[in-house]
Amino acid sequence: MDGNLNMIGYGLAAIGPGIGIGLIFAAYINGVARQPEAQSRLQTIAILGFALAEALAIIGIALAFVL
Amino acid sequence: MSVNVLAATEDPYIPGPSSFDLPPIFGEGTIVTKPMVQIVLFAVLAFAFLYFASRKRALVPGKLQYVGEAGYGFVRNSLGRDIIGSHDFQKFVPYLVSMFFLLLFNNWAAAIPFFQFPTFSRAGLVYGLALISWLVYNGVGIKKHGLGGYLKLQCMPSGVTGPILLLIVPLEFFSNIVVRPVTLALRLFCNMFAGHLLLILFAMGGYWLIFQSGVLGYVPVGILAWVLFTAIFFLELLIQFLQAYVFTLLNAMYIAGALADEH
Repeated sequence: MDGNLNMIGYGLAAIGPGIGIGLIFAAYINGVARQPEAQSRLQTIAILGFALAEALAIIGIALAFVL
Repeated sequence: MSVNVLAATEDPYIPGPSSFDLPPIFGEGTIVTKPMVQIVLFAVLAFAFLYFASRKRALVPGKLQYVGEAGYGFVRNSLGRDIIGSHDFQKFVPYLVSMFFLLLFNNWAAAIPFFQFPTFSRAGLVYGLALISWLVYNGVGIKKHGLGGYLKLQCMPSGVTGPILLLIVPLEFFSNIVVRPVTLALRLFCNMFAGHLLLILFAMGGYWLIFQSGVLGYVPVGILAWVLFTAIFFLELLIQFLQAYVFTLLNAMYIAGALADEH
């Protein structure tokens, strides 16, 4: 069986952003449930947080192919 | 399923970064490739869409005008006004709207038959966009605050004094001036790249399992792969929209950060 150890490393590295994105949207859902009128403001912040947390996974996949 | 198809065992097509190196369209020796054609074509299409949507400007909008106005209003309100602030968001609306629609059309090219290739899964094109973004947000910041004031704004968080500045200033400079365009570009590029790679993997994997493996027991697995391919295709549609949104959102946030007054 052959393959690339990079991909296993990337799988491990993706755990962190996965948890992070989960936490962000959990907080977003909580916020909207408590205060539905704040949704439009929270949405922008949640998507920004999502994009920043996702950047780690994205850099990971780039490095998994490059290195 | 005919027997002679199942009997032949062929090597699977293995998707990888080389799947994105497309040959020149007009044969060997020419330099024009599919992404280059696509970015021009979809830029023209985005322009045509906005032009024809805004040409009549009827009081009671038709369908096209309604869609155009909804898209324009979405970018103007949720990306421009809410983030840059109602004071000076107006002059950035054309930039944000054209950026958003260019990205949206080019990302959704991945879902259109015969194109089926996300333009921005070629990194070079994304670096160009990130360079424009970098020039714009630094430009408006320097224009408003002057070079010294702008660097102070970006590199010295207010309220920080003393020797810790020796640590903070290089870090903030590195993070706000140097790394920003890189992460901005990589985010868009890698999302398009990884999403397209995933689609190739499921499509070609299913094809190999069904037609080329020569094992009858693999056929249901291949069909499952194609079902998953369809599901991921729709997930990709969402991601392609979201990446266009996020890229423009971050552009707006960087501009807002460069324009911010000192606290």
